[in-house]
Parts: sequence; C-alpha cells; structure tokens
Amino acid sequence: MDCILVVNNGGLAVLGMEVPRYERIWLWFGIITLVIFLVVTGYMAFTMELHPANGHEKTVPPEQVLATAPFDKPGVYPLGNNQYDVVLVAQVFRFLPATLTIPAGATVHFRVTSPDVVHGIAIPGTNVNMMVLPGHITDFTYSFKKAGEYLMLCNEYCGVGHHIMMAKVLVQ
Amino acid sequence: MEEAKNAGFGSATVGTSHFHFQIGDKRLIQAHLGFAYFALLVGALAGVLQTLQRTGVINLPSSLGYYQLLTLHGVGLALVFTTLFIVGFLFSGVAKTTGGELSRRERAWGWSGYVLMVVGSLLAFLSIGMNDASVLYTFYAPLKASPLFYFGLAGLVLGSWCSSITIFSAFLRWRRAHPGESSPLFVYMSVATMIMWDICTLGVVIEVAFLLIPWSLGWVDRVDVSLSRTLFWYFGHALVYFWLLPAYIYWYINIPRLVKGEIFSNSLPRLTFILFILYSIPVGLHHQFNEPGIDSFWKFVQTVLTYFVVIPSFMTAFALLATFELAGRSLGGKGLLGWVTKLPYKDVRFLAPFLGILLFVPAGIGGIINASYQLNQVVHNTLWVTGHFHLTLASSVVLTFFGISYMLIPVLTGRKLTRAANRLGIIQALIWVVGMSFMSGAMHAVGLLGEPRRISYTTYGDSSVAQLWIPYRQAMAIGGGILFIGMVLFLLLVFYLWFLAPKSEMPNEYPIGEVNPEQQKPPYILDRWAIWIGVAVGLIVLAYTVPFAQMFIHPAPGALPARTW
Repeated sequence: MDCILVVNNGGLAVLGMEVPRYERIWLWFGIITLVIFLVVTGYMAFTMELHPANGHEKTVPPEQVLATAPFDKPGVYPLGNNQYDVVLVAQVFRFLPATLTIPAGATVHFRVTSPDVVHGIAIPGTNVNMMVLPGHITDFTYSFKKAGEYLMLCNEYCGVGHHIMMAKVLVQ
Repeated sequence: MEEAKNAGFGSATVGTSHFHFQIGDKRLIQAHLGFAYFALLVGALAGVLQTLQRTGVINLPSSLGYYQLLTLHGVGLALVFTTLFIVGFLFSGVAKTTGGELSRRERAWGWSGYVLMVVGSLLAFLSIGMNDASVLYTFYAPLKASPLFYFGLAGLVLGSWCSSITIFSAFLRWRRAHPGESSPLFVYMSVATMIMWDICTLGVVIEVAFLLIPWSLGWVDRVDVSLSRTLFWYFGHALVYFWLLPAYIYWYINIPRLVKGEIFSNSLPRLTFILFILYSIPVGLHHQFNEPGIDSFWKFVQTVLTYFVVIPSFMTAFALLATFELAGRSLGGKGLLGWVTKLPYKDVRFLAPFLGILLFVPAGIGGIINASYQLNQVVHNTLWVTGHFHLTLASSVVLTFFGISYMLIPVLTGRKLTRAANRLGIIQALIWVVGMSFMSGAMHAVGLLGEPRRISYTTYGDSSVAQLWIPYRQAMAIGGGILFIGMVLFLLLVFYLWFLAPKSEMPNEYPIGEVNPEQQKPPYILDRWAIWIGVAVGLIVLAYTVPFAQMFIHPAPGALPARTW
C-alpha cells in the first residue's frame, strides 16, 4: 500500500493519487483557514473559558422540581462581589419568575431547569442562548453590560403556546 | 448541436442513445419518483401556509395548527421526499452503470424497500394529520406523539435499508464481473452514500425502537431526554450529507457530460466520498452545543471533526470548476474567463443545478459559522438556521433535484424534453432562486436580530424587538409566495413531461460523464470498503464514547410523556 501522504519534488500524492498543483494550493488555503478558526475558538474555549451553556448537575424527577430547592423559589439571588445567581424555571408556557431585575455589569450565573419538556432561553440583543432539558440544570454565566429592558423568549418548540412564552429582563 | 430528428430539445445538448431502462427498472424508479413528488406537494403546501401565517399575512383555520403544518413540512420534505427521490435517482444511475439493468433480486429488495417506505410515510402523515404528532420532524422527547408516528418513521428507515441492499448487491455483482478493477464512479459514490446512511440511521433506529416506541406505548414510564437527543443528532447531521451527496453525484458525473467535458479526476472524488463517510457522523454534538449534560471538551472535539468535513466540499468545488473550465476551453473559450460563456446555460438540466452550485457558496459559509462553537450561540434556534438550510437543502440540493427530474423523466418515459418545457423549466428555476433569495436572505438577517425559528406568529406583546422584525417578515412572505409559484410550476412540468409530452423516436441519453483514458487509475484501496467502515467506526467511537458513557454512568432522571399541543 502506498504511503498515505507523500511530499516529493514539490508534488503531493495522497494514497498514491496525484493532487494537481492548483488544487494543492486551494486545499492548503482551505485547511489553513480552518486551522486558524480552530485555534481562535480553541483559545476562547480553553484559555478564556468561553463555552456555550452546559451543566452537569441532575435534578430530582422533573415533575418534582417545582417543590425542590432551589427551584421552589426562583429568582435573582446576590452572592456578593457583584455576582448573582439567577434561578429560573422554564415550563409550559411561561418562565418563573416572569420578570428578572439584574444590575448592569454584574456577573450573572443562570441555573435553569424544566419540569416538563425541552425549552430554550434566548435574549435577543445578547449572547444568552441556552437549552433547558428536564432532568438537567443548565449553567450559563453572563454579564449584561447595557442597561435596558430585554425580552426573554423560549426558542425551542414546546407546544401550542410556544410563541407566547416570554419574560422580561430589566437591567438597571 | 443539431436536435436529433423528432427527439425534442433534450437531444440538442447530449443527443439520443439506444440505451433505455428495462421495464422492471423503469417501474421501480418511477414509483420512487412519483411518491417523492407527492410528498413534495404535501410539504410545499404546508410550507406556503406556514410562511404566510407566521408573518402575519393569514390566519389559519382552527382545525390546522401551525406546529402541525411545520411537522408535515419537515417530515414530508426533509425525510420522505428526499429519501424517496434519492433512492430513485441512485437506482437509475446504478442500473445504467452496472451493465444496464438491475438484477431480479436487486429489484425485489428495491420493491420491499419501496413498500416499507411508502407505508411508513403514510402512517406518519396520517398521525400528523390527526394532530397526534405535532412534534416537528426532530420529535424531541418528552413531547410524545402517537405510536403510529414512530412506527411510520421506523418503516421509512427500514425501507431505506432494503434500498441500500439493492445498491450494495449491484456493486458486488459488478465487482464479481470485473475483479480487481475500480468500480464505475456512479456506483462507487452510491455505495459510499448508502454506507454513510446505514451507519448513521442506526442511531435514530435505536432511539425510536428502544426509547420512544416502548415509552409511547406506555410500556415504559420515562425517557432519558439527553440520550434520545444525542442518538437523534448522531443521525441528524449525517442526514444532511445524505441529501447532499446525491447532488454531488449529479454534479460530478452527469454534469460533465452535459457540458461536453470530462470527469476531472477518477480518483480524488472517491476520496471525497470516503471523507464524507468518515466525518459526517462523529459530529452530531454540534447540534447540541447549548445543551446541558454533555462535556464541553467533547463538544469541542466534535467541532474539530466538523471542520474536517468541509475539506471534501473544498475538493468538490475545485473539481467542478476544473471540469467547467476544461470543457469551456475545449469548446473554444479564450482568455482567462472566456470558458464561462461556453457552458450550456440554456439547458435546464445544467442550469438548475448550476444555480444550486452557486448558492452553495453562501450556504457552506453559513455552515462553517454554525459549527464555530461559541459563535453558535448567536444563531442557535433563530431563523438564521432556517435560512441556512433553505440554501443548502432547499436550494443547492433541490435545484439539482429539479435538474435531475428534467433529465430523468424524459429518459424513463421516452417522451421529449420539448423546447417549451425546457424554457419553462429555466423560468421555474429562476423563480425558485428569486423567491429563495428573498426568503432565505430575510431569514438570515432577521435571525441575527433574534427572531426564533419554529414558531408561530407572535409580536411578544408588541415588544420593540419584534417591531424590528416586521420588514423581514414581509420579505419572507413575498419569498415564500414566489417559491410556491415555482413549486407549482415544477410539479406541472413534471406532470407534463411524464404524461403529456410528445413521444420521442429515441430516448434522450442518460448523461454519464467519461473519464479521460489517460487518467491515473484510482488506487484499489479506495474500493476496499471494510477498511473505511472500520476507520469511520473508530472515529465514531472516539467522538461519542465518553458523551454516551456519561449518560449511563450519571443518568438524569427520565421525563414523563407530555402532550402540549
């Protein structure tokens, strides 16, 4: 079997197949571009700790979640040092609480679950975009820089009332 | 080229030929195309109603739910139309290039597959029509549809496995007759497509058979939501390549003949398809970036693997441009870009897919954006994503399928692709592009402004954010309306070409590009499927073992069924 990749005399052969010169240039351009993208996203992920929403904690059975701490008392809780816990429940077809009041510039730790079906939380105009799965707690950390009134909406189909599922976020 | 006597416009580009499909193969292929067009009509009707409702132009009657229509649109188009059409098209090229016809046993598997797929699809449509399955085509648990829905989809997939046996059998039959030789490119690529399909559908079959059906029948109380979603998306990403690869086959193999050129390389396209087998499955987590329950590290690993899958598309872009340029130059094109003018734009069998190729540029760029880990948060579940797949699937792939239809139906029926039909086909393809530019363009823009996808008409209480969306909604409504006109025109042309067009004295040629005989022969290792299946499985194990294992070691409590519609 030929070597997988052979570089010789300025040529390139993959598994014994010649790659024409212009194609080689094009593919190197493509591969290098992708590598740059991966380095940038990788740096953001592993050095700057910028990840999309995640969460490894599990809950009690979903239908018991509303009776179990912390989701029996959803709301905004100060942790000191300008950090806040936002305990949220996404359920058909509303968010609890229906209004969040958050200080501008504070670091906010969302902790969200659902007692019924999959929901999504998005706040247009921000990078807040997370999935909420029954049985799991979604963690997402964010800082609202600009004061104002934001719309929070459900962006994962959850049933017939999906398009009226909304809440208000007041950043002051 | 002069039109052959009494053979219609279609003969002008590629001429006529003595090849015609055997009656058994003809019936099998036509059956698949016919049901595909039926599903296309159903899905398109749902689509136009949706687009007018969610932009506020019409109000649906209370008997029709938006989410019910959306489920019909997704299932009808993304699962039923595509699968049936793709199998029919692959059967046609495989029959032609493996000696001119399928064997009786291959046809028997083909018919078994067809019956399962049609019965399954009808069951699914029925349950959706009864509003027992308004769960969208991704049927995320714990939304619980009627068992009929899940059985129907299982039938569709099991039928497609039978179809893949037809294609593998034909390949083996050809190989026995030509030991040690590299298989014809159409067969090779069809085998690769079905290998990828069979491996990826295992995920959704496990999800449906072991998680959802017992749960929907009440045998089991709870379902592990994260596990079911991860099994689905193990399937769901390769699904889009199942749509794309047959379009690539037409671009790589049929189009070179239409442009009077040669297939640029007999070898590298095979590697391209191998790369698709390897890198289209262990990447499903990029549809789950924003979910809890899956390690960020493994989400990033699958980001890297997702980027790898861009490489075979780069190779395809090069090969196609090279084919066009060489063909154009051989037809007299001079200077740097003279060759561009020599392509057969007046032939709809070339023009429609060519427009699809052009649209694949923004489509592919959007895909890279979607895959870029953190950047996904900006677009996830917004209309940007809908805009994206209306470019990739509903433009590049569907425009190619339009072109295939204009090519294949006259060959199958022995009727002419008349001058008038060809011209109307060109108009139809252009209408499609205009409509899609409005609709998909607006979707991309309004998605960045935060409008969610998969959602019925709302103003969120007259919020200021939703006010910004209004002009884009108008553009989407206009685009959707234009697209529906384009779809009606397409289906009318299909009907005409199938039943009404004048018979031709000789069938149009089924265009298969030729390989330059001086070309390097492909290395036989590319035909040794066992090796590549092994590598693919290795990559899947690498990418998915830990995420799945974590779901079993630290399981989340399962969810009870919910019927929220």
